[in-house]
Amino acid sequence: MSSHRLPQPYGILIDRSKAITLRFEGRDYPAFQGDTITSALFANGQRVLSRSFKYHRPRGTLSMLAQEANSLVQLPGEPSVRADTTAVPAGIDVRGQNYLGSLSRDWLTVIEWIGPFLPVGFYYKAFYKPKGVWKYWEKLVRALAGLGRIDEHAHHGYADKAYLFADVAVIGGGAAGMQAALDAAGTGAEVILIDDQPRLGGALNYARFDVEGRRGARLAEELRGRVEAARNIQVLTDAVCTGWFADNWLPITQGQRLYKLRARSVVIAAGALEQPMVFRNNDLPGIMYGSAAQRLIRLYGVKPGHRAVVATANDAGYAVALDLIEAGVTVAAVVDLRAEPSASPFASAVAARGITVHQQHTVSEALPGPGKRSLFGVEIDAITGRGVTAGRPHRIECDLLCTSVGYTPAGHLVCHSGGQLVYDAELAMLVIDRLPGGSAVAAGAVNAAFDLDAALAEGTYAGWRAAQLAGLNVGAEPRRPGARAGAAGQNHPWPIFPHPKGKEFIDFDEDLQVKDILNALADGYDDLDLVKRYSTVVMGPSQGRHSALNNMRLATVGAGRELQGATVTTQRPPFQPELLEVLGGRGFQPTRLTAMHHRHLELGAQSMPAGVWLRPAYYGAESRRAENIAAEVRAVRENVGLIDVGTLGKLEIRGPDAAELLNRMYTFAYAKQPVGRSRYVLMTDGTGAIADDGVACRVNEQHFYVTATTSGVDAVYRAMMRWNAEWRLNVDIANVTAAYAAVNLAGPKSREVLSRLVTDIDLGSEAFPYMGVREGHVAGVPARLMRVGFVGELGYEIHVPASQGEHLWDALMREGAAHGIRAFGVEAQRVLRLEKGHIIIGQDTDGLTFPQEAEMGWAIAASKPFYVGKRAIDVQAARPLTRRLVGFTLAAGTTLPEECNITVRGSEIVGRVTSIAMSASLGKAVGLAYVAPDQTEPGTRFDIKLGNGTTIQGEVVPVPFYDPENKRQEM
Amino acid sequence: MPFGLLKYALSKQYPGERHFPARKELRPSYDVVIVGGGGHGLAAAYYLARDWNITNVAVLDKGYLAGGNTARNTAIIRSNYLTPEGVRFYDESVRLYRDLANEFDYNLMYSERGHFTLAHTDAAMRTARWRAEVNKHLGVRSELVYPDEIARICPQLNMSRDVRYPILGALYHYPGAIARHDAVAWGYARGAHRRGVEIHTHTEVTGFDVDNGRVSAVRTNRGTIKCGKVLQAVAGMTSVVAGMAGFKLPIRTIPLQACVTEPVKPFLDPIIVSGSLHVYVSQSARGELVMGGSVDPYSLYNTRSTLDFKEELIMHMLELFPFIGRMRMLRQWAGMADMTPDFSPVMGETPVQNYYIDAGWGTWGFKATPVCGKRMAETVATGKVPDLIAPFALERFYGFAQVGEKGAASVGH
Repeated sequence: MSSHRLPQPYGILIDRSKAITLRFEGRDYPAFQGDTITSALFANGQRVLSRSFKYHRPRGTLSMLAQEANSLVQLPGEPSVRADTTAVPAGIDVRGQNYLGSLSRDWLTVIEWIGPFLPVGFYYKAFYKPKGVWKYWEKLVRALAGLGRIDEHAHHGYADKAYLFADVAVIGGGAAGMQAALDAAGTGAEVILIDDQPRLGGALNYARFDVEGRRGARLAEELRGRVEAARNIQVLTDAVCTGWFADNWLPITQGQRLYKLRARSVVIAAGALEQPMVFRNNDLPGIMYGSAAQRLIRLYGVKPGHRAVVATANDAGYAVALDLIEAGVTVAAVVDLRAEPSASPFASAVAARGITVHQQHTVSEALPGPGKRSLFGVEIDAITGRGVTAGRPHRIECDLLCTSVGYTPAGHLVCHSGGQLVYDAELAMLVIDRLPGGSAVAAGAVNAAFDLDAALAEGTYAGWRAAQLAGLNVGAEPRRPGARAGAAGQNHPWPIFPHPKGKEFIDFDEDLQVKDILNALADGYDDLDLVKRYSTVVMGPSQGRHSALNNMRLATVGAGRELQGATVTTQRPPFQPELLEVLGGRGFQPTRLTAMHHRHLELGAQSMPAGVWLRPAYYGAESRRAENIAAEVRAVRENVGLIDVGTLGKLEIRGPDAAELLNRMYTFAYAKQPVGRSRYVLMTDGTGAIADDGVACRVNEQHFYVTATTSGVDAVYRAMMRWNAEWRLNVDIANVTAAYAAVNLAGPKSREVLSRLVTDIDLGSEAFPYMGVREGHVAGVPARLMRVGFVGELGYEIHVPASQGEHLWDALMREGAAHGIRAFGVEAQRVLRLEKGHIIIGQDTDGLTFPQEAEMGWAIAASKPFYVGKRAIDVQAARPLTRRLVGFTLAAGTTLPEECNITVRGSEIVGRVTSIAMSASLGKAVGLAYVAPDQTEPGTRFDIKLGNGTTIQGEVVPVPFYDPENKRQEM
Repeated sequence: MPFGLLKYALSKQYPGERHFPARKELRPSYDVVIVGGGGHGLAAAYYLARDWNITNVAVLDKGYLAGGNTARNTAIIRSNYLTPEGVRFYDESVRLYRDLANEFDYNLMYSERGHFTLAHTDAAMRTARWRAEVNKHLGVRSELVYPDEIARICPQLNMSRDVRYPILGALYHYPGAIARHDAVAWGYARGAHRRGVEIHTHTEVTGFDVDNGRVSAVRTNRGTIKCGKVLQAVAGMTSVVAGMAGFKLPIRTIPLQACVTEPVKPFLDPIIVSGSLHVYVSQSARGELVMGGSVDPYSLYNTRSTLDFKEELIMHMLELFPFIGRMRMLRQWAGMADMTPDFSPVMGETPVQNYYIDAGWGTWGFKATPVCGKRMAETVATGKVPDLIAPFALERFYGFAQVGEKGAASVGH
């Protein structure tokens, strides 16, 4: 066993029967199961963990709780791991961070020598002259920035998410939190208790609450036993509640899992965070909070040093001194910042052990060992004013300095959801001023109840109150202790001692000294927020957990303002940094597949994304893309083709006002639309821009079946629901997109194929004409049939229940075989519809296209009193157009432009090509393009600018390009 | 070691000089009162003083200096827009930005990193080509690039086809840049202050006196001040302040959230945007990944954060960069985006005489700071709207003569 290990009962978190090995910087260190990286290293006398951000000073733990960047280490592929709280990783080489050379000899310590050239905000003050030089300096700055490294070849791990619900969530499993959980559970409430440590107890597990040093452990054991026995308390340990979002929505990370907890009420009992003392070299390894030393001793059984000095401004410091003595550490002296000697029994006990107490003294400077890797001793001096010493320092040798000068509430969560912390000058402490929402209670040290009995009484009250807020039947209101019991005397109002030679760090993460903050004020950045933004104070990995309090004191007083009532800069989520893979989870981005998807794959389809769906682009080998598409086009034009259109949006509109809803949502008129007929629908938005299209089939007087575009249906449905929330029409709107499979059977032979599968519908051209809608059976399956003409041939859109999609597909392919049927995909359909001059919303229109620009004026019922977008369309239609969509062709042999090549006139951009294809059916290129309004006459030539800068000419021709009389689709 | 830093090492006393004035009393009257001390308001004040010698100017802000959206954006600068009006406007902004550090004597850390707008669908590919063609035609360096080229410039991107949204191509915009966003506002504030402009933070406007359709005074929580002209530049509170002046705007205000990771050594040079995945990301000079997503799904006057935002954003980030799983999110925050129907800003005159507006900056306000300040100063000084910003008049909405930039918005809205 290493000489730094203490015997049992010290080390309640380690299991001495399980020896493990920590590999750090290439060396092996013996450790125990339950050790963190920091405790294992400390047990082996290794205190330096990493190098600091700016000056590359060696750093060790300050808090044993990762409340500063000092303890950030590098695992392979994982930067900035909290060594203080991360269990020793088996078989992994842990390394320090942010050095060049080795952790013990870092070449970049040279930056500290040139420190005088690097004042606060130095990067604003130089590196830009002469113009353009920043890009060279930037390379250096970027290379020096950052802390750890990531592995660009790694792949993120598995993480998942789970939902939790509770009447009462209790955040923090210390004395107040456990008591609150017990009292809430006593009312019958379902309680979830969350704690970031491996074992419930909080400060009870490591701090000293009585001279004998027994009470904490005893009470912890008792409370833990009762919590474990309560069947309605669920305990999450090693779990961090990282945020408090609106309506008590709490993310909790535990290992590789993110819990999302919705609680009716919340008790925040997160405790208080010890705060540092500011003096020269206060960052040396070996200087730590008193509570950090206590954690090392009691939690991990590690002796934190051999010869210690305790600097304190409260009674807790004397308790620390007693702990050190008991653990075999020589306490060289207690340095008490206060003017009056402490009357606490801890102080008497320390005095009884013959320890010298230097009253009204402070540590004015810490003295470094070689390479600043260790603590050699401290200079202490009498305090003569706020932050001022007598200038007659006195040296005490030591290898450990424990400080105990005050706390700040771990109230960060309170601020996430609208609560606030303010400075109480009398207590010299930030206190909760306002809790978020109307369903939260604070208890314990986070609420400035430092006295243990008061914390327990607050826990009882909080549990009662939270249960009441959660709506449970509770008994009489318990007695509440006086507010902030035991808070007076915890915090020294000014533990900040500037030194002429500097290096009194306010913020360890960002290496900011006292003068940096004062100089930021001198530069005019005298709002606390500006100090932060200019100096980067509190912006590092610990987000001000150790620096916000002292910074606010220094900057507020430095700017000549009152501390009383001052607030710190806004604290944002997360409370503790969250692993990205845990936030991202497994990733839920489902792809929707149509009912016939597997048939497409069997036919060798090349899939393409269409909104959230996958659709066949075309069938056959990628290497023969053009030939495959051409063959599909030919099949439709000459025989018969089959395309899966199941991704189309489908809406059922039912009710007495169904036609009225359509009249208001779409530009056309639907009131008099006959039953058994379909009609085109065109939707515009409030600015008159085309939003979507489809067809509306009138199934009966009060029932329309409406299609929408694949990617537009969700927005269409949303718009209908939103508008009807205002209109209150008597209709029912259902989005049934996925409920139906659909195909379009198209081509001159489609009627022949279909007739073999239909017995209850007369398919004759007069009985079932173009734009007709019928219900019946296809291949024995109930089906809705519509005669449509998107591709310009005789065709039937057939909708059947999704479960019957494959059956329908198989039947049509089987019966069509004799007629040369061929499945066709989106690419062929694009060519076919382009030959007919049909537009695709979103491709041939953009966010501002209003119907007249796209030659869609025919789809507007101008006499209607209202439809969405009417006013805007009327305004736009009343003035000259600025562009128009036209059909065009190219002279033979001309290079085909690409879609979205622009159309130009001289230097002016007049529009763009929206669609282009080589039409095999017509033997020439056909396309659609926006041109100037005076360029729309057939025969007009206009310029198209290709991607390479050259210009070609298009010639306006009438649409449809193919079958202009529409005879083929109407036969 | 640059010479600029020598004085700091060689002086006994810190050679500080205030970049901004200490707090002091308001004067009874100003020629121009600028409501809003963010980047835009401060830039306008600066150019009013520099270009038009108008220095009897007060900039008012209810909070600390530049603490609104100027402090909350993700600091991306680009001019790869869709409409000729937009491209010309933002291109002038980029050109002004490039000279600002030397003009201010203040390093903005303006850094041209190249800017990818990834396309994951056919439709996105078409829009990318459209923007590239318009940009090139107007002399702005943008190109449609394909996977090989993307992988060459940014080998960190996951170019696998075996993901939910494979990358088909991208719009690559060479001049895409990032800058230290706070420094832009501070540089303008310092320059304006040096030229005599007054800056009053923690001064909240509570109303306006309007006589016969003309603004005559600004009421604040520190008293009423007479004014010749008013310029409103209060992104996020635009409709509220315009309401005080008595007119309505076609603007919806929606929270827009962003976040940063802990700093790591640099690995990502260009700025990456994906509309389909609702992501934009760059790595700052401090080594943090600065990320944002789409605006929130509903209107709200609040800068709260949400959990959903970061869950979805990171899910998508992990598809683009599968190796960042063990990085950690450090901080998330929100700003308020004033969304116009056409995704273009509103600049110029209002129904109230002598009351000018600079608004509707949605998710594109930071990048326009210099050009907007310069041209709004010209508008206020001369009473005449310059051609460059004329298409962005409030009036356009009355006639639906919109400047459609939705296709050039970074992410979904």
